[in-house]
Amino acid sequence: MATMAKLFPAGSGRGAFLVRFTLAAAALLLVAPALLNDFRLNLLARYLCLAIIAVGIGLAWGQGGMLVLGQGLFFGLGGYAMGMHMKLEEAAALPSGPQLPDFMTWSGVESLPWLWVPFRSAAFAIAACVLVPMIVAAVLGTLIFRQRVRGAYFAILSQAMAAAFVIVLIGQQGLTGGTNGLTNFRSFFGLQLSNPDDKRLLYLFVAVVFLAVFLIARQLVRSRYGKVLVACRDAEDRVRFLGYDPTRVKVLAYAGAAGMAGLAGALYVPVVGIMSPALLGIVPSIEMVIWVALGGRTVLAWAAAGAIIVGWARTDLSERFPSGWLYAQGALFIIVIAFAPKGLAGVSEELQRRVRSLLSRRRSETPAPERVKVAA
Amino acid sequence: MEVFLSQLFIGLSVASMLLLVALGLTFTFGQMNVINMAHGEFVMAGAYTTYVLQTSVFGTGAVTLAFGLSLPLAFLVGGVLGLILEFTLIRRLHGRPLDTLLVTWGVSLMLQQLARDIFGAPNVQVKAPSFLEGGITVAGVSMPYTRLFIIGLVVVALLAIWFYLSKLPAGRRMRAVVQNRDLAAASGVRTPHVDRLTFFIGSGLAGVAGVAVTLLGSIGPTLGTNYIIDAFLVVIVGGLGQLRGAIVAAIALGLANAYLEYWTDASLAKAAVFALIVVFLQFRPQGLVVTRRRGLA
Amino acid sequence: MTRLGVTRLLAILAAAILAAAAIAGCGSSSSESDAADTGASTSASADSGGDAIKVGILHSLSGTMAISEVTVRDSELLAIDEINRSGGVLGKQIEPVIEDGASDWPTFAEKAQKLISEDRVAATFGGWTSASRKAMLPVFESNRALLFYPVQYEGLEQSPYIFYSGATTNQQIIPGLEYLKEQGARSLFLVGSDYVFPRTANKEIKAWARANDVEILGEEYTPLGHTEYGTLISKLQEARPDAVFNTLNGDSNVAFFKQLKGAGVSARDMPVMSVSVAEEEVAGIGPENIAGHPVAWNYYQTTDTPENRRFVRAFKDRYGADRVTSDPMEAGYVQVHIWAKAVEKAGSTDPEKVKEAARGLTFDAPEGRVRVDDVNQHLYKTARIGVIEPDGQIREVWSSGRPIAPDPYLRTYDWASGL
Repeated sequence: MATMAKLFPAGSGRGAFLVRFTLAAAALLLVAPALLNDFRLNLLARYLCLAIIAVGIGLAWGQGGMLVLGQGLFFGLGGYAMGMHMKLEEAAALPSGPQLPDFMTWSGVESLPWLWVPFRSAAFAIAACVLVPMIVAAVLGTLIFRQRVRGAYFAILSQAMAAAFVIVLIGQQGLTGGTNGLTNFRSFFGLQLSNPDDKRLLYLFVAVVFLAVFLIARQLVRSRYGKVLVACRDAEDRVRFLGYDPTRVKVLAYAGAAGMAGLAGALYVPVVGIMSPALLGIVPSIEMVIWVALGGRTVLAWAAAGAIIVGWARTDLSERFPSGWLYAQGALFIIVIAFAPKGLAGVSEELQRRVRSLLSRRRSETPAPERVKVAA
Repeated sequence: MEVFLSQLFIGLSVASMLLLVALGLTFTFGQMNVINMAHGEFVMAGAYTTYVLQTSVFGTGAVTLAFGLSLPLAFLVGGVLGLILEFTLIRRLHGRPLDTLLVTWGVSLMLQQLARDIFGAPNVQVKAPSFLEGGITVAGVSMPYTRLFIIGLVVVALLAIWFYLSKLPAGRRMRAVVQNRDLAAASGVRTPHVDRLTFFIGSGLAGVAGVAVTLLGSIGPTLGTNYIIDAFLVVIVGGLGQLRGAIVAAIALGLANAYLEYWTDASLAKAAVFALIVVFLQFRPQGLVVTRRRGLA
Repeated sequence: MTRLGVTRLLAILAAAILAAAAIAGCGSSSSESDAADTGASTSASADSGGDAIKVGILHSLSGTMAISEVTVRDSELLAIDEINRSGGVLGKQIEPVIEDGASDWPTFAEKAQKLISEDRVAATFGGWTSASRKAMLPVFESNRALLFYPVQYEGLEQSPYIFYSGATTNQQIIPGLEYLKEQGARSLFLVGSDYVFPRTANKEIKAWARANDVEILGEEYTPLGHTEYGTLISKLQEARPDAVFNTLNGDSNVAFFKQLKGAGVSARDMPVMSVSVAEEEVAGIGPENIAGHPVAWNYYQTTDTPENRRFVRAFKDRYGADRVTSDPMEAGYVQVHIWAKAVEKAGSTDPEKVKEAARGLTFDAPEGRVRVDDVNQHLYKTARIGVIEPDGQIREVWSSGRPIAPDPYLRTYDWASGL
């Protein structure tokens, strides 16, 4: 019950949420483009892609209790699906030659591998970005959860799957670009990636997708399904005794998280201009979970904020202190996770509570300040 | 036939290295349900201990002496690092295994950077003692002394652990805690003490593994990351906290790696082993050796 | 960004404290980072207002590649310091902006973009792996900015905005192969890490072998960071090649050579020609494990030129007598000087003018005279084969005698026409 209370903190009624959501949307869609230069705005677009993964992890881990340490797998599936389409588009625009993506030429591949052929179609590629990760997750999830593999076992297993995926990607250089991955993208559905104005448009598109994904995830969490999911996390066997099938409940959340990671991957490719195994392995996959832990795993908005904050802090710190920032990063994780288990969401809640009690003690008629906190 | 035998030896030697790293994890993971991602960095600390002893303390004149001394000292260094970690962080995270994973990962990041600042980013070099140079050939299989030494080291470590767990009171208390923490606590076992001791021994074993690593691999700040995931897989396949399971799992993984790599190549072999593990866990989701327990958790 | 108000404030606060602590910790710990820090700060303090020219230095200072890339950063900072002490370029001091690529290719792309659009650097010196160069390439091309890349690579590339100051295939790998053939090797076994440089290099090696009647007995790749070479070595022992051609990268070399020696395979039985093992790596592998094996580069610490004696002395003075110099470090040092010379000649830091001025530019480098190719922006370099000595130094046993023209697409070789 305590966890349920966490989900719906005091004063987060429908109205309050709408206000906050509108504020956040305005900040992302109006304020940020006005304040940030092209470079920083593109970075923010990148963080928003990561935040989409974080929302998915918040769903699977925060609500469903599945520590997904291998989201790189799904991020990669989505990213490669989109990257393959974009490479093919560019290759088709080449004036001459075999019209193959650049890396195939230097890997000695002469004709387009069959796996690539369907990705010529934009519709197929877009669908694949989300559906392939979801299907893979559904199959893996069904196999794993049916056997009631959970907790640390599931965590390490999902990690091993991401590791295996990376090894396969690297080994098939002619098919995937190997360690280099897919790079050197020039256009994304008509947007020229070297054109700053087109990049701003791309940012707005990413921001809208992020807000939409967030709303969907939030609806899911607040629905009856969301309650069963939390129940599975807290007492799986009781849920089973009540006649639900926890496997199906968990698979749905896992596949949902996978779909979000895939979507994030698909957007990441045009935003950053690269998709490579280095983004998908064990370390990046753990980092994804760290963002969520830092932000606050049980609150979706904070999970997303965690991704943005870590992304920002990492860029900023590594610019200012290139040789010392690993300490800072490590220490930040340790301090937050060990001493603030609810993440920044918990810190913010606690701060608000203190401020409120301080204010009410001093002057009971002054209401607590409304701004600052966004939790939904 | 010769190939079969030589791969058998290589498989066993891979297994011994895996087991040496995984032994400590079996302890901490099994007893405290702590996924210690910094375990690999304790291995690194053990390797650097050997380096420091050889270069700064004894000089290159007494390689054998330095190497011999580095075994107990690396155990101590790894153990003390583990104690510090247990005392400052893990103790506070009791019952939150997934958080421990993330926190210890942060610790491992910091330890890597620390090693980089103290010893520099480039790999350092440790000379193998002269008695480990060369090897013997039996039935067409050449066996380097270094690999034989590591196999021997594992056997000794296993014997010591067996003796500790089954003959000494402290070891029996440890087993009691593994099997049923609450009941052990209720019977008067001071579980926090046992935990600390477990962590000391587990991390110490990582230090010893570090000494073995100097014989085969590179010694640099990122040494630990090369071994940690494979070691975790050994623990998972073996079953939580099961010494027997870990031994069988390490040998199985080592042999699978050696033979698969012989038939295909290193990348494919590694991916295939991962796939095999996923399939295996379909049939034995709790690993090879399962502690039977009544109850739902 | 109102939605992140408090959080952001908190994060900044925490981050600032931690970072300050981290920096304090770094400063007092190692002589290496000390030297680098002071180097950066002296140049930075020379900058007063607008009379400094910023250049980017983008290498991995953390992660698996830090081991190699940190050394190149050191030699680049040394070159910048030298230029600054003799008056800078165009009368201005050079101010290095150091960024960490973190051994992560997308980070390289991000930092490159940051150096170009935020710091407005005149040029960037950076990268090591092919993957990092491929990740940065579109950034430099779309911004029309200059990248100087200091490491030998697999060829088949010619970006108009990249200067390649390391060797391309025909200045390193092909001389290495010719040397092995000259020594009587009739069969080869190819061993490499699983990424682009070894795979592309091996493709070229196989084409060369077909044309030169050399048999390729096997081709094996291991994942980056692989540490277990038992099986691979038993495959080598079975195939019994006359020589092994090794394109392993980083840590794997240490494990490979230690285990090769453990298995009783000596350099006399089966020489292993390496193209990614320089003085720095030899120290980590342990000279006794690799002594006697040949390597192919363009420069060794022992290379006998007056410029090299000066370079080695300056490097040791700055970073400590126990440090060694290696080919990529030398290339890093050279490329900074070449950029400075080109800027002086052009009278401007504008990339297009610098490119124009750099054509045919010569420089007396520690490896001997190098010249920038008129078209492909690679360097004319002298190929050198060396043998590793028990003291960790490399002794030159063969040299091309004159700088070889760079040919990244191997157009002048008939056997390479199908690549």
